[in-house]
Amino acid sequence: MRRTPALAAALCAVALAATACSSTAKPSAAGGAGFTPPRLQAMKTLGPGEGRVNLIAWAGYAEDGSDDPKVDWVHPFEKKTGCQVSTKVAGTSDEMVNLMKTGEYDAVSASGDASLRLIASGDAAPVNTDLVPNYKDVFASLKMQKWNSVNGVAYGIPHGYGANLLMYRKDKVSPAPDSWAPVFAADSPYKGRITAYDSPIYIADAALHLMSTRPELGIRNPYALDSKQFDAAVALLRQQNANIGEYWSDYLKEVSAFKSGNSVLGTTWQVIANTAQAEKAPVDAVLPKEGSTGWSDTWMVSAKAKHPNCAYRWMDWIVSPEANAQVAEYFGEAPANRLACDHTADKSFCATYHASDAAYWKRVWFWTTPIPQCVDGRKDTTCVPYAKWVQAWTGIKG
Amino acid sequence: MTALAAFLHRHPRLRLAGLLSAPTAWLVVAYLGSLAALFLSAFWTTDPFTSDVVRIWSLDNLRAVVTTDVFRTVALRSIGVAVAVTVIDVLLALPVAFYMAKVARPRHRRLLVVAVLTPLWASYLVKVYAWRAILAEGGPLDWVLRPLGLGSPGFGLPAVVAVLAYLWLPYMILPIHAGLEQLPDKLLEASADLGAGAGRTFRSVVLPMVLPSVAAGSVFTFSLSLGDYIAVQIVGGRTQLIGNLVYANITLDLPLAAALGTVPVVVILLYLLAVRRSGALRSL
Repeated sequence: MRRTPALAAALCAVALAATACSSTAKPSAAGGAGFTPPRLQAMKTLGPGEGRVNLIAWAGYAEDGSDDPKVDWVHPFEKKTGCQVSTKVAGTSDEMVNLMKTGEYDAVSASGDASLRLIASGDAAPVNTDLVPNYKDVFASLKMQKWNSVNGVAYGIPHGYGANLLMYRKDKVSPAPDSWAPVFAADSPYKGRITAYDSPIYIADAALHLMSTRPELGIRNPYALDSKQFDAAVALLRQQNANIGEYWSDYLKEVSAFKSGNSVLGTTWQVIANTAQAEKAPVDAVLPKEGSTGWSDTWMVSAKAKHPNCAYRWMDWIVSPEANAQVAEYFGEAPANRLACDHTADKSFCATYHASDAAYWKRVWFWTTPIPQCVDGRKDTTCVPYAKWVQAWTGIKG
Repeated sequence: MTALAAFLHRHPRLRLAGLLSAPTAWLVVAYLGSLAALFLSAFWTTDPFTSDVVRIWSLDNLRAVVTTDVFRTVALRSIGVAVAVTVIDVLLALPVAFYMAKVARPRHRRLLVVAVLTPLWASYLVKVYAWRAILAEGGPLDWVLRPLGLGSPGFGLPAVVAVLAYLWLPYMILPIHAGLEQLPDKLLEASADLGAGAGRTFRSVVLPMVLPSVAAGSVFTFSLSLGDYIAVQIVGGRTQLIGNLVYANITLDLPLAAALGTVPVVVILLYLLAVRRSGALRSL
């Protein structure tokens, strides 16, 4: 406080931007196209395995048969490499970022709204892709993207990508929705039965809806919102809050809510829809016509990894054609390895999930960390950074 | 050795200090120390991009906690829930404890105490998820209330109050039961002999005698409710309490979470002072 001018300090206090204001003191914050991550070295050569690897993963990414005996790509890995896998399932990107800070984990399946934060804080180390033989078969369109590399240095191995879908109870919602409109409408007939993802990044879903319903706001990318656009998205979510039954971040909680009918409509992942259907809940999931938010996930290695050699072996395993096909098919996302398409049980799987279908993925906005430098390329304004999204999310839930 | 014993025998104060220093150190370091660490980190800030804690002193977090509308609303809501849970538990615990201590046959009394304690053996999460199933649409509560033209209240604030009242009820019953056990039956008989009805006896004899126990129980139910955030996540629908704010911020903004965490500490301190002032703790 002492080092900031009085006016700025007062503004900071009013805006409760305790976090945003002190950032000027730290050079690690994002800077335009390229911020400077802490100088860390990637591994040079692969050593013998350490016998263990601790993973942070999205639900369904590291299945060892305990959810479904037929779904298991962890035990074959353990048998092949001698690395015992222990997995911590995280519900949100924020949780992943926080778990990585503990230094107890070796690798993480980070989405685009976590990866840059992990790189900037020095929690994720650069990855030597030469030590991952299967990397060569990963779709070129996924390599060295802005969420998995910085200044030409790779920080992870692409895992798979998909869209956040709209799930509904077939017996309670008619007509079948093809748009996000009933989720956001103030007079939605499903008041009190709507569910939403409990994370600040969900603000982008509202922004995406505004892109088609209020073009005058000029939103071109749901992760690049100036203050006027941001306020509109927050207002929409406040209005939605009155209709929400419950927010979810634990996927089992959403499954149970849809099974009982406490939730009948709302955002979901394909794996949740699959699980709910397997438990005989009459649900379906669609990609609405406005498009959707989505994820493109990257396996990253912790800078403090105690088992880096096993972590590299895991990264190679999870993008190997066979394992990548299994995880993609179980989770319901497009695989990262192009050869995986030959190994799926359903031969039309890659077509169904639009792997390498560039036109389809134009409608999906992959999670990205919002930073002051607008990620849509606008130079004449500053965008609302993620720290403000977090504060706004608390306010939305009230 | 004998010299040391003789020395200690001559210096009772030193003896006492030697006995008490270990537990005192534990109390100061582990308990007050962590509170102090919490309070200190409330004055730090975080890097907004990486969420790393930056050790720059500022009052912004505490100011934000006091001035932001949503934090105030949530704090008041949490206090409201804690008060409601406490009141419900007192109303439920008084008759139950009275029956256990005074009405039931002596050989049943012990069994009843065990019965009250049994739920404490089950995992917290199991009990809360059981309540989620009970309150769900088409669940047991719905099924029971449907013939009466009612339905389950669903997930929300009432569900949170009900579940917390259920969870903390034993902590209210046990102190009241202990208080009532010490109440001599003779006093009840004397009151009846003097012509007082059941209501008058309860108001003028029982209540003043068990008030300290009620106060002790209320400290449990109040503080446990004020800090809870898991039951809210499971049966609270879209409700958030102060614990959820702490939980939501602890991942990304530890200093703000610490500042929010001081709110229940302050509220509970004030509550303890109020209880003390009322004199309810004097006879404990």
